[in-house]
Amino acid sequence: MTRLPFGLGGTDDGRDGDGDGDGVRTDSLRTGSVRTDGGETPNPFANVGDDIARKQLLGRVFVGICGASTLVGIVALFVLLGDVLYEAWGWVTLDFLTYPPSRFIENYYPDGRGAGIYPALVGSILLIALTAVFTMFLGVGAAIYLEEYAPESRLKSFIEANIANLAGVPSIVYGLLGLAVFVRFVGLGESLLAGALTLTLLILPIVIVSAQEALRAVPDSQRHAAYGVGATDWEVVRDVVLPAALPGIMTGTILSLSRAIGETAPLIMIGAATSMFRAPIEDVSGIPVPDLFGPFAAMPMQIFDWARLPEGDFQHVAAAGIVVLLTILLLMNATAILIRNKYEK
Amino acid sequence: MSGSSDVADLTRAGSDIPAGRNLAVRGVFFACALLTVLTTFGIVVVLFDGALGFFREETLFGLLSGVLGGVLAGSPAEAWAALRTGLGTQVTVREFLFGVEWSPIIRPRSYGVLPLLWGTMLIVVGSALIAIPVGTATAIYLSEYADRRVRKVVKPTLEVLAGVPTIVYGFFALSFITPIIQRFFPGTGTFNVAAGAIVVGVMIIPMVSSLSEDAMSAVPDELRNAAYGLGATKFEVSTDVVVPASLSGVMASYILAISRAIGETMAVTLAVGMQPNITLNPLEQAQTMTAYMVQIGISDVSVGSIGYQSLFAVGLLLFVMTLGMNLLSLWIKGRYQEAYR
Repeated sequence: MTRLPFGLGGTDDGRDGDGDGDGVRTDSLRTGSVRTDGGETPNPFANVGDDIARKQLLGRVFVGICGASTLVGIVALFVLLGDVLYEAWGWVTLDFLTYPPSRFIENYYPDGRGAGIYPALVGSILLIALTAVFTMFLGVGAAIYLEEYAPESRLKSFIEANIANLAGVPSIVYGLLGLAVFVRFVGLGESLLAGALTLTLLILPIVIVSAQEALRAVPDSQRHAAYGVGATDWEVVRDVVLPAALPGIMTGTILSLSRAIGETAPLIMIGAATSMFRAPIEDVSGIPVPDLFGPFAAMPMQIFDWARLPEGDFQHVAAAGIVVLLTILLLMNATAILIRNKYEK
Repeated sequence: MSGSSDVADLTRAGSDIPAGRNLAVRGVFFACALLTVLTTFGIVVVLFDGALGFFREETLFGLLSGVLGGVLAGSPAEAWAALRTGLGTQVTVREFLFGVEWSPIIRPRSYGVLPLLWGTMLIVVGSALIAIPVGTATAIYLSEYADRRVRKVVKPTLEVLAGVPTIVYGFFALSFITPIIQRFFPGTGTFNVAAGAIVVGVMIIPMVSSLSEDAMSAVPDELRNAAYGLGATKFEVSTDVVVPASLSGVMASYILAISRAIGETMAVTLAVGMQPNITLNPLEQAQTMTAYMVQIGISDVSVGSIGYQSLFAVGLLLFVMTLGMNLLSLWIKGRYQEAYR
């Protein structure tokens, strides 16, 4: 006999589904139905009151455990942010934003000669700007192919399964890919461009999936209307689908970029400097131009460098760096949410 | 079809006008999509190429160029010789997979990856012990008990945890978790497995809770109502109906979370340390596969040296493990998914 849930029928093994292991209900139900000899029938509901109380208690304990578990994650988030803010308190100054890093902790003190995160901040911003340009074109292009052009075929499902798998590849493996292909094979060296290309490949799967969702949200009636007035595939995409999907695409891309800005491991693998004294900007006859082919430092690399230093106060410097990084992250996420809310119907 | 012949047949009219550009545009978009396939291909080739260089005398490309050089020079003997020397064993696969000493740079050198694998496993087990119970209970709470407004606030808040850069978790482990551990267990070093496992566990809670909650919310209310009709309590509905019914999605979320823990890099590098160590004591330091790769990345080993090549061997192992986990989770989801309507 197979076991039914909640102790209906089945064996009297005490596993009656209410989790208290007493099998009370199974027992009482069966006793009630089996006795036919007219003898003294024990009241089958004698224990029901206890049973209900026990179940109510069990239910309350269970909700308590589940609710407490939910709090674990939330509390952890606030403790983490609180810890970072506490350690960084008083260390994020204007000097910190505008000076290059230093090996000597004295320079970071308010009355010191000034030291900070400036080259890494500029490096990170340029890195993300470049990555944004690459991913917008490649990610949106791929999403348009998959949603607007590709017929339902083996090839399409293969490409989509492949994208799903790429999203699960550890970022450090992308670093090895960037090291072998961009840094060594193409010969870009440990440059800003190599870093941006590596990060592009890293976030491309996420960008494609979110852009696909945005494209899918455009109602087919709009496409049909455009086709009806004689538009070609490309005209439909360019004039109808893309404008309608753009806010969604922007939101997804910015959220993906905010993942890229915190990535450290791939940059370490391509050999990016952990600490640089100069921002990756060149002066071309007085005009500052990003130095795409030169070395660079990025904020997470710089934070890693500080966090490893044994001298105690460098912990505060690392925390200050994290505050700057998280602020930029927050700004990016806020932008994404603003765009979404503005255009969401 | 109308029968009148004086109306021009326009069915194909204009279809040739922008065909060329249409095709070109389609080609460009197709190339973008193909890039993702090329990326996978590139990862596989790069890892195999480097790993071959680790296990044999030559990398894949070194081997090919040697053999091609011999063939082009018209000397099969030369090509054969290049192949023979290139395929000479540098490190045996058996030593790599079963050796218990990992020291590819410092003499005496040894190339057993087990200590690194052990470090990774400690982090995986420790973080799963935290994330799986907490994440599952959170998912049950959000899906079954919390009202809509609470869920609308809590779910995105938890997902912020997944968006925090992993380097921040590393810092958090060093500056907050480890001091607490040291208070309870004096003598614990700056780097220890426990702190790493705790922060990675917190990091992957949202993966478990979010994906499990999606699976639980997808269980149709008919099942719940049927159970209520049989006299089940809410607790019984949660544990005996909803969880079994969404088990495929819940298991898939566990596997994805574990896969993420395997590939996690910066938090474990900062928290767990850089000392390969086979230990059961979570208060000792160790080194994961990813932390080893970072160690090589920030040191200046020369290209082509065994240290450089070991990156790709370890990277290949990491890739195979995470890919296997991801495929497994997809398979479970597809194989055991209950199709509701």
